[in-house]
Amino acid sequence: MKVSLFITCLCDIFSADVGKDTVEILERFGCEVDFPELQTCCGQPAYNSGYLTESKQAMKQMMRAFKHSEYVVGPSGSCVGMLKEYPNIFKNDPEWEDEAIKLANKSYELTQFLVEVLEIVDVGSAFKGRVTYHPSCHMSRILGVNEAPITLLKNIEGIEYIELPIKEDCCGFGGTFSIKNAAISEEMVKEKSQHVTETEAEYLVGGDMGCLINIGGMMQREGKTVKVVHMAEILNTTK
Amino acid sequence: MSIKINESPYEERVQQGIENDFMRLAVSSAQGRFRSRKRIQETELGNWEDWRQLGAEIRKHTVENLDYYLQQLSDQVSKRGGHVFFAATAEEANDYIQNVIRKKEAKKVVKTKSMVTEEIGLNRALESLGAEVVESDLGEWILQLDEDPPSHIVVPALHKNKEQIRETFAEKRGYTGSDIPEELADFARSQLREEFLTAEVGITGCNFAIAESGTITLVTNEGNAEMATTLPDTLITVMGMERIVPTWEEMEVLVSLLTRSAVGQKLTSYITSYTGARLDDEIDGPDDYHLVIVDNGRSKILGTEFQAALHCIRCAACINACPVYRHVGGHAYNSIYPGPIGAVLTPLLDGYENHKELPYASSLCGACTEACPVKIPLHEMLIRHRQIIVEKEKQAPMVEKMAMKGFAKWSSSPAVYKLSTKMARLALNPWTKDDIIGNGPGPLKDWTNSRNFPAPSKQSFRSWYKEREKSGEE
Repeated sequence: MKVSLFITCLCDIFSADVGKDTVEILERFGCEVDFPELQTCCGQPAYNSGYLTESKQAMKQMMRAFKHSEYVVGPSGSCVGMLKEYPNIFKNDPEWEDEAIKLANKSYELTQFLVEVLEIVDVGSAFKGRVTYHPSCHMSRILGVNEAPITLLKNIEGIEYIELPIKEDCCGFGGTFSIKNAAISEEMVKEKSQHVTETEAEYLVGGDMGCLINIGGMMQREGKTVKVVHMAEILNTTK
Repeated sequence: MSIKINESPYEERVQQGIENDFMRLAVSSAQGRFRSRKRIQETELGNWEDWRQLGAEIRKHTVENLDYYLQQLSDQVSKRGGHVFFAATAEEANDYIQNVIRKKEAKKVVKTKSMVTEEIGLNRALESLGAEVVESDLGEWILQLDEDPPSHIVVPALHKNKEQIRETFAEKRGYTGSDIPEELADFARSQLREEFLTAEVGITGCNFAIAESGTITLVTNEGNAEMATTLPDTLITVMGMERIVPTWEEMEVLVSLLTRSAVGQKLTSYITSYTGARLDDEIDGPDDYHLVIVDNGRSKILGTEFQAALHCIRCAACINACPVYRHVGGHAYNSIYPGPIGAVLTPLLDGYENHKELPYASSLCGACTEACPVKIPLHEMLIRHRQIIVEKEKQAPMVEKMAMKGFAKWSSSPAVYKLSTKMARLALNPWTKDDIIGNGPGPLKDWTNSRNFPAPSKQSFRSWYKEREKSGEE
């Protein structure tokens, strides 16, 4: 199966390791992975801030980049969720509507792809530790991926999974929201950090780099020792 | 007269909210209670998503055919001896009601909870005539005594705790009891009973107006609507023009969605329905009945991409689910409609000029959209508002516009983008220590005031991938 990796700009620049783990997991399950170099950013920072014209330039770039891909898989619920919005955004655009629909239909978030397409519920990894999971809002509410990451996590050998209190609550990232409304964002992430602490978990796992940078940045500042890791990293810990 | 509740700037209001520990504790525990009770009710009813879909379809159909149903409602009310007045603006509504009060030479008006009367500033209009206006909803009464605006559309005094309420009662009404809720409620009840008996005019809001019969339906937990609609000789209903359902059948569906979504109750303690004035062969009801249907900006929303905002049944489920609301409270929105629905509705009713921050007061987490029992795409509407603020209203800050122009360039040019992945680490190096940015420049400053930001990876993913490809795959 041919899979094009959609790395996301955050992982590309700030968390290259997450990208490496994603490649290795996909290859472990027999996928032939390629990385279309024309890809940049999904356009979400501009789109969510109201800059439709500017965001469309990014989106067109993404449609060009993945034009010939069979499957597009990315380690982010939020960025993949953005791709899924393209058909609405380019509705009635004679040049781009078809491309938008095609890209949306072939795009998957990593855990969604593993569970729904490859039909894998146990990646065969081993990891020792108390782990809790933050279901990022766009992964769960926009993309509708709720069970896949938790199933994969729970099936990792040696893992002790603890549910995060009020796990569905936003961590306060929200892209440009965290800058434009930094004070409110700060209160939201403090609350999330508190909930993580309550679980006494050693690891916080999530499927969206933005949220992890936010929660991790706060917990680090608070001097907490919880390790904040991306789903791909934990799924790629071999026995 | 305006939807606004104060004049202080947005940042100040947000800061005040964040620093108000009492309010935040009260709000977060109330949200927790409402949300868990709502979930229980969803499960109890079963097939919640189907019910939401039905609710959404009823609202969509009704609002799409609003002219028809308003005509039907108006005809039915007239047939039942009532007077119907269509008010295009807040002023027109207030003028009409003032005239009724003047003609009656009424000294005292008793009201049930009504957001639309808050929206049009009715109390002040009536007080300017010298009439005494008494709010009979417990929460509204507390706020009236305290001269405090509502912070929530269902539980208006949500931001107050029982100790603060005890203080208000003691200060304004000589209350000497404890802060035990039952005792506080008992006191309010005895005070309000007298008001009901002496008021000449009753004014209610409207949860649903049933077009086929001209009936107004109110949901309360205190029974105050029973008192206000049966005791005074003159009764006035004030309703937003979209608060309408075709028949009793749809009313039943929407009441169920409303009470479950609002407070997690199967039904409220009281559901009050009344129709027109007392006819000759009837034993109860008011002698004189008026229905005031308020437009005040609503018809401008019809036919626009925001039409679904008129589907709102004012349950506040979006407010109860909103994490931003939890931390800043209702007053920070500076609108009598706070929270996600307020952030959508307020700019539509009162313009972007005074409310341009509201659409950004959301992390777009989608909790509001998920909670809405009639499936209004609230967070998508917030994005649409942002687009209008940026592209039509041209009210976005200059730095932001420049940054977004840069974004477009960066994200549509792979070469520029690639270069940035190479340069990012170096560019942020002056602010980086041990791979952490603790005090970042420019837009990162506010972020790093409270939390760390990571330094870019030593090698970007794409450059690693390139090398890996070159080395010919292990």
